Amino acid sequence: MATAISVKNIRKVYPGQPPVVALADASIGIRDNEFFTLLGPSGCGKTTLLRMIAGFEQPSSGSLTMHGEDLLELPPHKRPVNTVFQSYALFPHLTVAQNIGFGLEMLGKPKSEIKTTVGEMMELVKMSQMADRQTGQISGGQQQRVALARALAPKPRVLLLDEPLSALDFKLRKDMQLELKRLQTETGITFIFVTHDQEEALTMSDRIAVMSAGEIRQVGTPREIYDHPAERFVADFIGDTNFLPADLLSVSGEMAQVRLSSGREIAARTWEAGPQSGSITLAVRPEHASIGPVDEGLVTGTLGEVVYFGTDTHYHVALNDGTAFVVRLQNRPDAASSYATGDTVGIQFGAGVGQVLRD
Amino acid sequence: MSDLASAADARASRRRWLLLAPALAILVFAAAGPLLITLVYSFLTPGDYGGVEYQFSWQAWFNVFAERDIFDDTLGWSDAHLSIFWRSVKLSLLTTLLCLFFGFPTAYFIATRPKKQRDLWMLLIIIPFWTNLLIRTFAIVELIRAEGTVNTLLLWLGVIDTPIQMLYTEFSILLGMVYVYIPLMVLPLYASMERLDFSLVEAGYDLYATRFQVLRRVILPLVKPGVIAGSILVFVPSLGAYVTPRVMGGGNQLMIGNLIELQFGQGRNWPLGAALSITLLAIVMIALLAYVRAAGTEEPHRA
Repeated sequence: MATAISVKNIRKVYPGQPPVVALADASIGIRDNEFFTLLGPSGCGKTTLLRMIAGFEQPSSGSLTMHGEDLLELPPHKRPVNTVFQSYALFPHLTVAQNIGFGLEMLGKPKSEIKTTVGEMMELVKMSQMADRQTGQISGGQQQRVALARALAPKPRVLLLDEPLSALDFKLRKDMQLELKRLQTETGITFIFVTHDQEEALTMSDRIAVMSAGEIRQVGTPREIYDHPAERFVADFIGDTNFLPADLLSVSGEMAQVRLSSGREIAARTWEAGPQSGSITLAVRPEHASIGPVDEGLVTGTLGEVVYFGTDTHYHVALNDGTAFVVRLQNRPDAASSYATGDTVGIQFGAGVGQVLRD
Repeated sequence: MSDLASAADARASRRRWLLLAPALAILVFAAAGPLLITLVYSFLTPGDYGGVEYQFSWQAWFNVFAERDIFDDTLGWSDAHLSIFWRSVKLSLLTTLLCLFFGFPTAYFIATRPKKQRDLWMLLIIIPFWTNLLIRTFAIVELIRAEGTVNTLLLWLGVIDTPIQMLYTEFSILLGMVYVYIPLMVLPLYASMERLDFSLVEAGYDLYATRFQVLRRVILPLVKPGVIAGSILVFVPSLGAYVTPRVMGGGNQLMIGNLIELQFGQGRNWPLGAALSITLLAIVMIALLAYVRAAGTEEPHRA
């Protein structure tokens, strides 16, 4: 697939004492027609990068192109991108329909075309009944839909979404996540979505870029990011992870043989440009491990708290080497757990389940 | 209803009136009273040495708009008064427009500064406002009089050979009034711009609006309350201005305020002065009604 937006070595430094580095040599390629998410904690630079693509911020250095065309040369109103703002930023002096038609009107489209497109857009976001309402008279979820329709109406090549769901309540957010994914598929427009909510990122995205401290730590599909985190930060930020100290024995391609603190050996995934030997950290997801008898365990420890969560139960194990390990087992009415707090247990996981981290 | 409840009601009602009393007193003695006196005076006969004689007459109102020719006794429009009315309305409108023209970017500039700097900029706007009106006006006179700063500078630079006559013209009155009243425009404009959500401005740019379109289609409609308030605050005192046209107009460029003062002073025609005052009030009311109506129709209908 062709690259829609190419970000190369973008740096953004805000002057001050000391200067604040918002983006440190960020580079990514965002493809045509994909739902791309910038994920990271607040202050990681994801919104700065989005605003840069929109044209509201200028980078200190680096290049930004769209289909080979230099975007940095263009002022915001000449870039074929539209933004859904976090606060929605609907014009309070215009009606719902006037808001949606604003972009088309500014592009100088004929009245009849504006009318048709606005009608289609209101249909698309299911707001047809609200055309003549003032934006102050509709609910948050409806404002969200209007903001989406307004940004989609001029048919931009790229749609930028700045944490658009953060102001909605839980139920509405769930609905809108599916809705956004549907809109993206239907319109075929590239979506660049900014969020700090890892679950939101995993459910909607085609690919995710995980950011921290102005740097892009890993880019990949939700599955790649979740199952094969590259770094400790990524593994920790997305989902829950256990970190096991281990020694790297041998590497062949993307597979490695590691020795755990218990002395047992197991095969694990690694990175081609990753470490070749020495002590490393192995990441194991709680639901990828199970507990069993001591003699069958890769690592052993004492079972601490057992927390019941409805769908699953979390077993907190204090390993013999001092690290904490959580095992998450799905609950089934026909299989009650036979382990209780205080028991000595062994933890098992399969070959290739653990992930060797780069740092 | 029991007697007790009605007694409590009566007490509450008495207390309400008592609390309203200061406001009512001010309205009666400071607004309605003088207005009524002015209205009554306008229908009386002028006294020989100022004041009024209590004898009903239409003469003052007749003189506001019409005059009898001294030689052939024919009736005609009072050209002198009408031209003064016209000049007053014209200069006040121009003052309002110029204040808006210069005040709008100023207010926008201040509202877009970092929060800490805004107070300082506002202080710079307000300080001249705290200075005595006469002193400020004479400062402008010093700048533009024939041997003043501007002419001296231009002569020295060789741009002109003879000083430009700026003082005692409509231009100088306009300059003075814009200078005096511009804070009254900047303050309400700034107040409404400070509340402006600048993400709306970004949304405008994002939706392909040029700078001018963002100004016209996003910023202006949102700060309209400030524009209306500022325009009224500048227009109304401009129309009744007295000191500035007196000092800057030099006595031959009268505005309504000066004309009224003339009737109560040298003219010794209090009824005419009173009638002119009521006329001024009427002009202000009509202008405000027209303005508010015109400004209101642009607003989209609110359900």
